[in-house]
Amino acid sequence: MVVGSVAAIGAGLAAIGAGIGIGQIGKGAVEGIARQPEAANDIRTNMIIAAALVEAVALFAVVVSLLGNG
Amino acid sequence: MCKKSIKSLLVAVFGVFILFYSNISVAQEHGDAQKDFDVTGTILNHIRDDHSWHLWGHTSLHLPVILKTDKGFEVFSSAGLVGEHHEPVVYQGNYPYKSVEGKIKVVNADGTIDEEASKKVFDISITKNVASMFLTVFLLIVMFLGVARAYRKTGVTSAPKGFQSFIEPIIIFVRDEIAKPYLGHKYAGYMPFLLTVFFFIWINNMLGLVPFFPGAANVSGNIAFTMTLALFTFVIVNVKGNGDYWKHIFWMPGLPVVMKVFLAPIELLGVFIKPISLMIRLFANITAGHILVMSLICLIFIFKSVAASAVAVPFAVFIYAIEFLVAFLQAFIFTMLSALYIGMAIEEHHHGDAH
Repeated sequence: MVVGSVAAIGAGLAAIGAGIGIGQIGKGAVEGIARQPEAANDIRTNMIIAAALVEAVALFAVVVSLLGNG
Repeated sequence: MCKKSIKSLLVAVFGVFILFYSNISVAQEHGDAQKDFDVTGTILNHIRDDHSWHLWGHTSLHLPVILKTDKGFEVFSSAGLVGEHHEPVVYQGNYPYKSVEGKIKVVNADGTIDEEASKKVFDISITKNVASMFLTVFLLIVMFLGVARAYRKTGVTSAPKGFQSFIEPIIIFVRDEIAKPYLGHKYAGYMPFLLTVFFFIWINNMLGLVPFFPGAANVSGNIAFTMTLALFTFVIVNVKGNGDYWKHIFWMPGLPVVMKVFLAPIELLGVFIKPISLMIRLFANITAGHILVMSLICLIFIFKSVAASAVAVPFAVFIYAIEFLVAFLQAFIFTMLSALYIGMAIEEHHHGDAH
């Protein structure tokens, strides 16, 4: 029971990190598009790459939490 | 027109959920009424691989079990592993086998699992995931051979017809948004790999979202599956990587010698971390999606009231809609990052460039 709770806290912390990271990326991308709408396509592609990289780290943590739980 | 199609989509999704709901409630009634609902067990049962493919109610498709033991190969139907009341029973083959959480184990006479003997049994069965993968391969072959035949007949300059007009924009998308920007002028040689990976992942993701028979297998949420795909990227990157690629790993140009020595092990680690992150990203995204939908539906059973479905079902439909986006996005990201890594390995650096 205690192990499960600690793993859940770990997953939650990872989600906070990813939330902040992806939020920053989204903010940057929307600002960039607002300033320069003609670059929207390039910005969107780069935004998705960056978001995927941030998300991967969070998912590493989630997988570790899952393994720790089981 | 758009409104109408969204409406019918919602009806279809709700219909699917009622089906989902009824299946779980059947399973629920079957168990001990006094026992608490096992959320983790139900969810893990849905996301893991199995030797039978659930069709409806109490009917399952029993897939063949193929085992390699030290007494030779052995093939039998997985129907022998379940009893009359859907409980796992012992099947007498070369060894006595029993299915424990979807895995074949050798058991002792008293019914306990013999871990030592189980390690010697090598399972190459056609499981639910493998069968689902065969289905995807079949779909890919039918789709692409048909479209390729159409191009051979009419050429690439005339307007596409029928199914061709659905596939052509997606192929053009992969070529113009993924292959060309990252691979440069040498993109054509990598198009077959990128297209295969893209469509294979996408179709598997979409089939995984179908909650009944031809789908329901969590193929792209299986780490062995994603590992194999990532291994292909790993091999292509390192086989096709040119001298500059290896030079940038072991002896980074344009840096002081101390930094060069310091960077080499980090860069070498990066060679392995890139495909590992590809593997984990696809696996975790798809598994997380399945777990999320399942846990929302399980809320109804945790609270033991129909009222909870007023919150759970709309939320689950919402997550399902997002999962359709994720199914495409993950196929896109996997293909794009593969192209990016290959592009980095085959890029020709001009000497004297600033780094």
